[in-house]
Amino acid sequence: MSDSVHQDAIAASSVRAETPPPDYSGLRTVAMSVALVLVVVLLWEGLKAFSQANDYELSLGGATVKLDIFNNTQLPHLTDILAAFSQPAQRNGPPLIEVLLSASFVTLGRAVTGFALGGVLGFLLAILFTHSSLMQRGLLPYVVASQTVPILAIAPMVVIWMRQAQLPHLAVPVIAAYLTFFPVTIYTLRGLTSVPVTSLELMRSYAATPLEILWKLRLPNALPHIFTALKISATASVVGAIIGELPSGLQDGLGGAILNFNQYYVQSPPRLWATIVAAAVVGILFFVVVAGAERLIVRWGARTAE
Amino acid sequence: MIGLSAIISVRNLSKIFKGTDGQQVHALADINLDIAPGEFVSFIGPSGCGKSTLLRVIADLTDATSGTVTVNGKTPAQARKDRDYGFVFQSATLYDWRTVLKNVQLPLEIMRYPREKREQRAREMLQLVELGDFASKYPWQLSGGMQQRVSIARALAFEPQILLMDEPFGALDEMTRERMNNELLNIWRAMKNMTVLFVTHSISEAVYLSTRIVVMSPRPGRVSEIIDVDLPHPRGPETRELDDFFRLTGQVRHALREGVHG
Repeated sequence: MSDSVHQDAIAASSVRAETPPPDYSGLRTVAMSVALVLVVVLLWEGLKAFSQANDYELSLGGATVKLDIFNNTQLPHLTDILAAFSQPAQRNGPPLIEVLLSASFVTLGRAVTGFALGGVLGFLLAILFTHSSLMQRGLLPYVVASQTVPILAIAPMVVIWMRQAQLPHLAVPVIAAYLTFFPVTIYTLRGLTSVPVTSLELMRSYAATPLEILWKLRLPNALPHIFTALKISATASVVGAIIGELPSGLQDGLGGAILNFNQYYVQSPPRLWATIVAAAVVGILFFVVVAGAERLIVRWGARTAE
Repeated sequence: MIGLSAIISVRNLSKIFKGTDGQQVHALADINLDIAPGEFVSFIGPSGCGKSTLLRVIADLTDATSGTVTVNGKTPAQARKDRDYGFVFQSATLYDWRTVLKNVQLPLEIMRYPREKREQRAREMLQLVELGDFASKYPWQLSGGMQQRVSIARALAFEPQILLMDEPFGALDEMTRERMNNELLNIWRAMKNMTVLFVTHSISEAVYLSTRIVVMSPRPGRVSEIIDVDLPHPRGPETRELDDFFRLTGQVRHALREGVHG
């Protein structure tokens, strides 16, 4: 039977490439990102320059279009926004970048806590729904409906409840968790139940218990789905944390910074924009960390797509 | 077979499905069959003859509508819980997140084989199917035939008395299939007194592998003929050249035609 071994070795070696050609896809991705940023910058400053040259007005066949949105108050120069980072936010205060950094840390901490809470809740709900179709039919509609309630309306209530429960520091994480548990529930449920029938039958032929089936089959199968949800939840938790901070009176996070710079917007428009940039960076960083974890843990996901 | 106690016994087995249009589908009607230990029994017939359904009822992957099935003196459910058989599906059904070695170890983990022995046993099985060098590869790195060999290694890992195979080589090309047939016979010889139930579409495969062939016909699914295969053992490529081989394939072909038209 050495013939069959030989043939298999040939087949397997053709799957492994010899020296693969240089991979420029990473370089191309970076180049694309840079190009996109350049496009935004050009559009931003270009439209501002154009509007300024035309006194922020444009006549189009009889009608007059106002271009005030491109003036320096509504849309500051990008250079001004960048400059604002190094300037103090308050009289004699530290530079804005320091203020925003500490605010970002605080908000990120609350977002991560909410992410963990929502992730665990969503995960447990998905497992419950997988094993009890009764629970799924009963509760899933409410889970879905919960997301239609505007979070801005719920946030003040959550703040009050948490204060009454002597857990005021959990208010913002709970609000962040509210946004994160839903994708985790839905995607994890999909991952747990999208197991091929023959794989389940294989387990049945081994007389495996539901717990063994969960641990050895459903959960590994669900991991790619779970990480998709976690990536969504990563950014959602940052949004949730910021929104949660708005009615809570907390000054130390990005929510407080936004309220502050919003109130005094006209005095220094670039500061609010700088805060928006900081919030975006926080969201992106969290996303990148989760995506990195996915790369490390889910090494087979991309392959099965082939 | 008179005098040998049957390891699998089927009596008046019927299986009725409700079809998609509400009509009843008689997948199996009044099947009676005895299988002795150590036999290699093939089930062959056109689509809808119930051969896969019969295998799945024996394996307790689906239940009977009426009649009895006794496996090793027990109900199919009990035989399943006692892990008396291994099942090989038409698709390899390997788990993508496990290496080849870990895939073969899966039943050993669930059946609580002693930890220290698991890896060794899995490696032995991989050697048996001649994939010893691929232990740390992932399923996606293997060809279809190799994946199916891994699934066979996995089915044998816990030394089942009975091996149930549902068109395991159906998705493979003819040459690979013939190689796999040889390997399967080698494995069957190596596992002492293992009973094999083998569902196939291929007449030559059924004749080459089996000690007995159960020819089935559809609508309703039933046994139309049982043919004893008296070809000598051990079998090899030269077996396919024997006059008796051609006689038997002709016999099976005739039985299949009769089953459809008769």
